[in-house]
Amino acid sequence: MRLLLVVTCLLLAAAAAARAASTQADFDAALAAAAAAEKEAGALKNQWMPTEQALAAAKKAAAAGDFDTAVAQANEAEALAKASIAQAKEQQDAWKAGVIR
Amino acid sequence: MRRLYSILIAMMLLAPAHPPRAAADDAVNPDADFKAFRDYFTKTFAKVPLDDFVNGPYSMDAELRKQWQAIDDFPPYDFAVERGKEMFATPFKNGKTYGDCFANKGIGIRQNYPYFDDNSGEIITLELALNRCREANGEAPYSYVKDEMASLTAYMAFTSRGKLFDIKIPNDPRARAAYENGKRYFYTRRGQLNFSCASCHVQNPGNHIRTEVLAPALGIVAGMPIYRSEWNGMGTMSRRLVTCNSQTRAVPLTPQDEDYRDVEYYLTFMANGLPVSGPAARP
Ligand code: HEC
Repeated sequence: MRLLLVVTCLLLAAAAAARAASTQADFDAALAAAAAAEKEAGALKNQWMPTEQALAAAKKAAAAGDFDTAVAQANEAEALAKASIAQAKEQQDAWKAGVIR
Repeated sequence: MRRLYSILIAMMLLAPAHPPRAAADDAVNPDADFKAFRDYFTKTFAKVPLDDFVNGPYSMDAELRKQWQAIDDFPPYDFAVERGKEMFATPFKNGKTYGDCFANKGIGIRQNYPYFDDNSGEIITLELALNRCREANGEAPYSYVKDEMASLTAYMAFTSRGKLFDIKIPNDPRARAAYENGKRYFYTRRGQLNFSCASCHVQNPGNHIRTEVLAPALGIVAGMPIYRSEWNGMGTMSRRLVTCNSQTRAVPLTPQDEDYRDVEYYLTFMANGLPVSGPAARP
């Protein structure tokens, strides 16, 4: 539950961050940051489907020249990937709390 | 902006979700786990006869059971069993057969899978053993999720029906580590929905998720492979795990990933003493 709340905050934050008139360079930077975070989530075997969807949407928007959307989607992907990394790290110990005993 | 994310994440990590546990709790003890797991299900679902847990969602829902009994005269997995039988009887190009790869020619042995292989130190599921058999005989491996793999495992399960699961965890640190990893995988929350396997199959058996009735984790492997209307065909254990991961909005692992094999090992050990019920049909 707590995690969902955090994800929601992150998404709102990502939306607010998207300013008008982004450029190819803005997109490249945002995509690189998102891809790096998603790679780290992959190393933890904990990628999320919505992250992949946001990455795909970012690339699609960039290909169509819509860099505002592309940057916003890439930022969202980065936020989601970071939340999945945080989840994986938290669960490295927290899973034990759920064990039937 | 990036700073805000870090702060939010840091706040989440700092808030202790669970009380810290004593280190002694962490010792690997499959027999104690087994007892606690079994007690939980037999007490929570006191009206369900022990052997009925192998019937998955039907053990939890009388209405669903009636629908199942109505179709079970012409079960939709029959075709897969027949196909698997033919495949077992058909030699590879080198003249060998599937039977040559298995104890008792592959008949009536499903209850012994997955097992810990002390040569390689890894868990061997039935699906993995079948593809290794093909490769050892110069044949290309099959997809793990359906079609031929579902037919072969359907036939092998069918010849094992009623036999009791008998999974061993030898006193080898690698076997115990695989067991513990499977247990970890089962209880680890994942995906955007933040669910573990246990969130659905321990905390919510019998409850509905969309149109489906959740199966209890006790005996949950016994019916594999299954025919599912929603798949419009057969699916293997691999297919089920991929589907379950997707339902939490997690990116699924590759079929037969070590984590998937280990969780199957863990869950099948928990089913020890229960009868093989597969292949099975699901709505
Ligand atoms: C979001 C809830 C959810 C989560 C989390 C989930 N599953 Fe499932 N699972 C289902 C649903 C729905 C079905 C189909 C109905 C049923 O049989 O329970 C199912 C079915 C199954 C079955 C087949 C049961 C049968 O008899 O047909 C197995 C095995 C299984 N899940 C294993 C797992 C494992 C292992 C995990 C963790 C990796 C997991 N599930 C996580 C929802 C979930």
